[in-house]
Amino acid sequence: MLELRNVTKTVGATEHIRDVSLTLQHGSLNVLLGPTLSGKTSLMRLMAGLDVPTSGSVWFDGKDVTGIPVQKRNVAMVYQQFINYPAMTVYENIASPLRVAGTERAKIDKEVRNAAALLKLTPFLDRTPLSLSGGQQQRTALARAIVKNASLVLLDEPLANLDYKLREELRAELPKIFAASGTIFVYATTEPHEALLLGGNTATLSEGRITQFGPTIDVFRRPNDLVTAKTFADPPLNTIVLKKSGSSFLLDGGVNLPVPAELAGIADTSYTIGFQPHHLSLTRPSPSAVPVRAKVSVTEITGSESFVHLDFADVRWVMLEHGILVFEPDQTIEVFIDPRHIMVFDANGRSAAPPQMLAA
Amino acid sequence: MERTWNNKAWFMVLPVLLLVAFSAIIPLMTVVNYSVQDTFGNNVFFWAGSEWFEEILHSDRFWEAMARNLAFSAIILIIEIPLGIFIALNMPKKGWGVPVCLVLMALPLLIPWNVVGTIWQVFGRVDIGLLGYTLRALGFNYNYVNDPFDAWITVIVMDVWHWTSLVVLLCYAGLVSIPDAYYQAAKIDGASRWAIFRYIQLPKMNRVLLIAVLLRFMDSFMIYTEPFVVTGGGPGNTTTFLSIDLVKLAIGEFNLGEAAAMSIVYFLIIMLLSWVFYTVMTAYDAEQ
Amino acid sequence: MARIDCNHIRHAYGPHPKSDKDYALKEVHHAFEDGGAYALLGPSGCGKTTLLNIISGLLYPSHGELLFDGKDVTNLSTQERNIAQVFQFPVIYDTMTVYDNLAFPLRNRGVPEPDVDRKVRETLEMTGLADMARRKARGLTADQKQKISLGRGLVRSDVNAILFDEPLTVIDPHMKWVLRSQLKQLHRRFGFTMVYVTHDQTEALTFAENVVVMYEGEIVQIGSPAELFERPKHTFVGYFIGSPGMNVMPVAVEGRSARLGSQTIELPGAPKAGTSGVIELGIRPEYVRLGATGMPVSIRKVEDIGRHKVVRASFEGRDIAAIVGEDEDIPADPKIAFDPDGINIYADSWRVEMGG
Repeated sequence: MLELRNVTKTVGATEHIRDVSLTLQHGSLNVLLGPTLSGKTSLMRLMAGLDVPTSGSVWFDGKDVTGIPVQKRNVAMVYQQFINYPAMTVYENIASPLRVAGTERAKIDKEVRNAAALLKLTPFLDRTPLSLSGGQQQRTALARAIVKNASLVLLDEPLANLDYKLREELRAELPKIFAASGTIFVYATTEPHEALLLGGNTATLSEGRITQFGPTIDVFRRPNDLVTAKTFADPPLNTIVLKKSGSSFLLDGGVNLPVPAELAGIADTSYTIGFQPHHLSLTRPSPSAVPVRAKVSVTEITGSESFVHLDFADVRWVMLEHGILVFEPDQTIEVFIDPRHIMVFDANGRSAAPPQMLAA
Repeated sequence: MERTWNNKAWFMVLPVLLLVAFSAIIPLMTVVNYSVQDTFGNNVFFWAGSEWFEEILHSDRFWEAMARNLAFSAIILIIEIPLGIFIALNMPKKGWGVPVCLVLMALPLLIPWNVVGTIWQVFGRVDIGLLGYTLRALGFNYNYVNDPFDAWITVIVMDVWHWTSLVVLLCYAGLVSIPDAYYQAAKIDGASRWAIFRYIQLPKMNRVLLIAVLLRFMDSFMIYTEPFVVTGGGPGNTTTFLSIDLVKLAIGEFNLGEAAAMSIVYFLIIMLLSWVFYTVMTAYDAEQ
Repeated sequence: MARIDCNHIRHAYGPHPKSDKDYALKEVHHAFEDGGAYALLGPSGCGKTTLLNIISGLLYPSHGELLFDGKDVTNLSTQERNIAQVFQFPVIYDTMTVYDNLAFPLRNRGVPEPDVDRKVRETLEMTGLADMARRKARGLTADQKQKISLGRGLVRSDVNAILFDEPLTVIDPHMKWVLRSQLKQLHRRFGFTMVYVTHDQTEALTFAENVVVMYEGEIVQIGSPAELFERPKHTFVGYFIGSPGMNVMPVAVEGRSARLGSQTIELPGAPKAGTSGVIELGIRPEYVRLGATGMPVSIRKVEDIGRHKVVRASFEGRDIAAIVGEDEDIPADPKIAFDPDGINIYADSWRVEMGG
C-alpha cells in the first residue's frame, strides 16, 4: 500500500504539488488524469523517490519511506520517450534489471522469455532496440519493468508517442499484464478516453492538486466539482450558467430545465450546469428532455459518430450523435438536453448534489 | 525531510574544496602578501603598503602591455569567431565526412601550448622553416625576429590556427541540434541563405557563441607560452604582453612586490572584463 | 490553389530498388482536387509521409510525375512549387515577433511593405493571433506556435496547397478540438487545397472530406468517412478505422448464407460468383446486436467507457466485440445477432461485392 500524506512540492517559488493525500492499494490500477503541467510527472517522481517532498510524507506498507532514494525502493518506471540501452540486444535490455540484482542465469533466461512472450517480442530478442518500430521499443521498456517485479510500476504517458492503433492494442494488454503481479500500477495520461478504457481508479489533477479520486467510471459520472468534470471530458464539457427558480432552471430561448428531484432542496440562485456531449441529442431521449434551438458551427465526422459544434446564446456546445450527420454551417437546429444526466455546480464550482450521490 | 543523506553530501565536496584551497586560495593569498611588502632577499620583508600598486598604475610599461593585450584579444576574436562560424556552417552534417572533420578540427586542440610555439617558431624561420623560407622565396620581406608587424602576424596566425577549432566545435554542436523541419520550413518560406543563418542558425548558436567568446577572450588575454617561445616578447617590447612582462618583472628583475601587485591588478582586470562580457551578452540574450 | 495529380509515383529510399519490397511507396496514382480537404491515414511506415514530402518537393520520386494544375512540377524545388507545410513540431522563428513570423515568407519574396502589412493583418485575424501580434514567438504555447506555422502558409495568396504533417501531435486534447474546428472553418471559408497526414483516425475523419488510407506503401481505399466506416474495401481499413476495429472471422459462403462453426449467418446478398481464396466475414462492433435472441456467446469482459460499453465476448471460439448503449443492460443469457447492413465479405482481405 502506497500512501501520500499531505505531500507538497515547491520548486523555487512555484508549487508543483499542493497538499496531496492519496492511498493506493496493491494490485490496483490507478490513472492520473490531467492536462500538461497539471503535476502528473511531479507526483510520479515523488511516488518513485526521485524527488523528496517539501512537506508531507510518503509511506509504503506502513513504513515511512520519505527521503529514501529510488535506488533503495523497488520501483519501475516507463516514460513517454522510448528509453532502452541502444547498444544491447532486446534480450539484454530485458535482462538488465535481473543482472543488476544478481539473479542466476537460468532464472534470468526464463523470466526474459516469459516477459518477451507476453509482450510479443520473442522474434526480436536478438535485435537492438533502434532497429525496431516505436511500438516494439516501448514493449521492450515495458518488458524490463515487468521482469523487475517491482512493487510500484509508474507509467508516464507510455503510449503517447505511438500510433493510434498500437496504442489501442497495448492499452488493452497493459492492465492484464500487470494485474496478476499484485503491484501498484500508476498510469499518467492527458486523455480522458484513455482513463475510461483503462478503468480502475482515477485521480484527476488540476494545478498540482488532486481534485477527486475514485473508481474511474464514478469519477466520470459523478464529479465532485466543475474542475474535475472539465478535466474528465473529451470533447470538452458543455456548460451554461442558469438561474434556479423553484422547480426549474431558467433557460433563455428554450423550455425551462426541470431541477432533478434529488436537487429539489437547493437554494434559488445561479448554478453552472454541465453535461457530456453525448447527452445532447437530436431526438428526444426521454419524456422529460428539454428542446433548445442552437446554431450549427461545424460538424466533424469520425466514421461512426458525428460531433456537431453548436452555438447557443453565448456558449459553445458539442453534440455527439451516432451516425453521419450533415448540416449547413449557421443552420439552426433543435436539440434536446436530458435533465437525467445534467450535473449542477454552485458558484464555487462544487457539485450541488447531496453527498450520498457523490463518488468517493 | 531532507535530513541525514543531505548532510553527507558535504563530505563529497570536501576534496574539491581542499584542492581549490591549495591550488587557488592559498597561492592567491601569498601573492597578496607579497604585493604589500618589499624585500632585498634573505627573507627579510618590509611593509610597503599600496606603493607597488601606485607604481604599477603609473607605469607606462604596464599600460602599454595592457594595450597590446586588448588589441590582441580584439583581433583574434574578430578573426576566430566569424571564421569558426563559417567553418562550422560548411562542415558536413552527416555521412563519413563528419568524424573526419571532427578529428581534423580537434587536432590543434590536442597539442600542448609550448609545442605549438615551437612548431611555429621553426615553421616561420627564414633559413630552415617552410613558411619563412617560402615567403622569402616569394619575395616577401618576412622576418618575425626583426619586424614587429611580422611578429604580430605570426603570433595571431598561430593563435588562430590553434584555437579556431574550439569555436568551430562549439558552433557545430549548436548547429546539429537544429531539427530538419526548420530548414524545410525555411525553404518553403522562400528564405535566402542569409535569412536562414540570421533567423534559424544564429539564434540556435547564441548560447554556445557566448561561451566561445568568453573562453577565447579569457584565454587570449592571458596568452603567454606561444609568444614567449616564438618571439620572447620582441622585437623590442612589441609582443610583450602583460603575462610576459609579469614574468620578466618577477623572475628576470626579481621585483617580487611589484610583480605580485601586477598579478593582482591583472587578475582583477580579467575578472572584471569577463564579468562585463558575460553580463552584456546574457542581457542581450534575454532581450532576444 | 491547385489540383494535384500524382501520376504513377513510386519511391525507394535505397539506390537500386529491385523488388516491390524495396519501395517505401509502391505506386500512387491519384488526383487531389482543387479546394479539397484530404487526409492521408495509416500506421507509421505506410508511406504517407513519403508521399507528402514528394508533393512538397522535399523528396523527389524515383518514378512517376507530379502535376500542379496540369503543369509538371516533378523536378521543381520546394520554393518553386509554392506550397505551405505545417510540421509535427512547431517551427517558428524564435527571435521574431508573431507579426514578423507571418511577414517572413512575404518579405523573402520581395512583396512591398504595405501589402505585407495588409496580408499579415488579415492572417492574424483568420488564425485568431491578432492579440499577440507584437509578442515574441518564443514564449507562446504549442498550439499558438502551430497557428503561427499555419499562418505563414495562409499569408501567401498564391500557395498551391497547404500540407500538414501530423500537426496536432504536441497539442493537448482540449486544444485539439479547438484547432481542428478552426481548420475546418478555414477550409470552408477559403477553399484551400489541404492534405493532412496523420495516424489518428479521428483527426483524419473529422478533418477530411476524402480520406486516403495507406498500408504498406499503397493506397488501399479512398473514400468519405461514411464509406470507410460502412464499406471498408480491405480488412486493414476495417481494423484501422473505428475503435474497436471491425470483427473479422473466417467463414464458408454458400449462396446467401455464411457458415461459421455451427452457426449460419444470413447475408444481405450473394457474393459474386467465382469468389475464392480465404473468405472472411467482417462486421463492426456497432452492428453486432446483443440481446435475448440470436447466436449464443459468452461474455469475457465489459468495458464501460462512459458514453457506451464495449462488450468483449467469445463467439464460436473467436473473440468478438460489440458496442452497447450507455443505458442498456447486459442480458444474463447473452445472444448476438448481426445487422445485415453491417456485413461485408472479404476474399483474400479484399471486399467482395454482393448481389441482391
